[in-house]
Amino acid sequence: MRDKTHVLRRAFPVTVPVLAGYIFLGIAYGIAMRARGFGALWSYSISTFIYAGSLQFAMIEPLRSAFAPLTFAFLCLLIQARHLFYGLTMLEPYSRTGAVRPYLIFSLTDETYSIVCQGAPADILPERWYLTVSALDHAYWVLGTLLGALLGSLIPMDLLRGIDFSMTALFLVIVTEQTMDALTAWRSGKESLFDALFSPVLGGLTTLLSLLLFGKDSFLLIAMAAMIMGFSVKYAQERRGNSA
Amino acid sequence: MTQWQMILYICIAVLVTILVRGLPFLVFRNGQAPSFILWTGKRLPAAAMAMLVIYCMKDISFGTVGEWMPTLAACVLTVVLHASFRKMVISICGGTALYMILLHIL
Repeated sequence: MRDKTHVLRRAFPVTVPVLAGYIFLGIAYGIAMRARGFGALWSYSISTFIYAGSLQFAMIEPLRSAFAPLTFAFLCLLIQARHLFYGLTMLEPYSRTGAVRPYLIFSLTDETYSIVCQGAPADILPERWYLTVSALDHAYWVLGTLLGALLGSLIPMDLLRGIDFSMTALFLVIVTEQTMDALTAWRSGKESLFDALFSPVLGGLTTLLSLLLFGKDSFLLIAMAAMIMGFSVKYAQERRGNSA
Repeated sequence: MTQWQMILYICIAVLVTILVRGLPFLVFRNGQAPSFILWTGKRLPAAAMAMLVIYCMKDISFGTVGEWMPTLAACVLTVVLHASFRKMVISICGGTALYMILLHIL
């Protein structure tokens, strides 16, 4: 038991940026659903079982429009496709997590990935760390949704406006952290500058270019394809370098 | 839409989400992934985080200063704070606080 509170005490601070963002966006979602006539049971169930912010917001209108399941499935796929990536990183870390593995995979959102992709602290059982982080994030999202669905306009949303920037800041801090690590590796001569900055620059450039070229509806899929191509070229080049 | 059709929509969203999040684990069972996949998976976080930063900003418009300046200023502050102190709490709180203040003033 003491062990469990220890993990919780270590995991909670790490998830605070997600707490701020998920509670705020969850409230906004609960309020938006309520404004369109969906009661708390609807938004609660959706947040618990779908657990995907951008999709949940995007499906509010389709839920009230004409029934077109195939088009809707395609919309879901388009919005969710970026999650395909996250499993690739977590294949190995999640392979030894036993009974909680299905839940870890189900709850692998952008924000949870940004934390678990950094690995577990050395002194904590990995599956316990991953489970605690995942379940905390999930709880924030459901709690926010319930607050919005039940209290609605009683919450001073205007005062909280902008607090969801904490999630952008979280991603930005991780990019900065990784870039600084990479620069240290370059300065100590472990890696070339090109190798050190390859991933963040590839990710940033492909996403930015495809947003500018293709617009915000389909840019992520194209950026992901471009990223995979970039990685395979780099991989082939490293292989050649090793065998030569 | 009837209530049952709405429930079907929710089921579709649940299934697609689980499928997308679970596909890599389904395809490469028991960690039997080819070395290219594992290699990419290790390098992906840095690329994916850069992708997510831009994804968060996709709805930004460049009409008036008030539309893009808070985001830009808060991002710069977050990065500068992190490069100087390397404390996640300071960087995220600082950036978010500046963003909220700018939103309220502008």
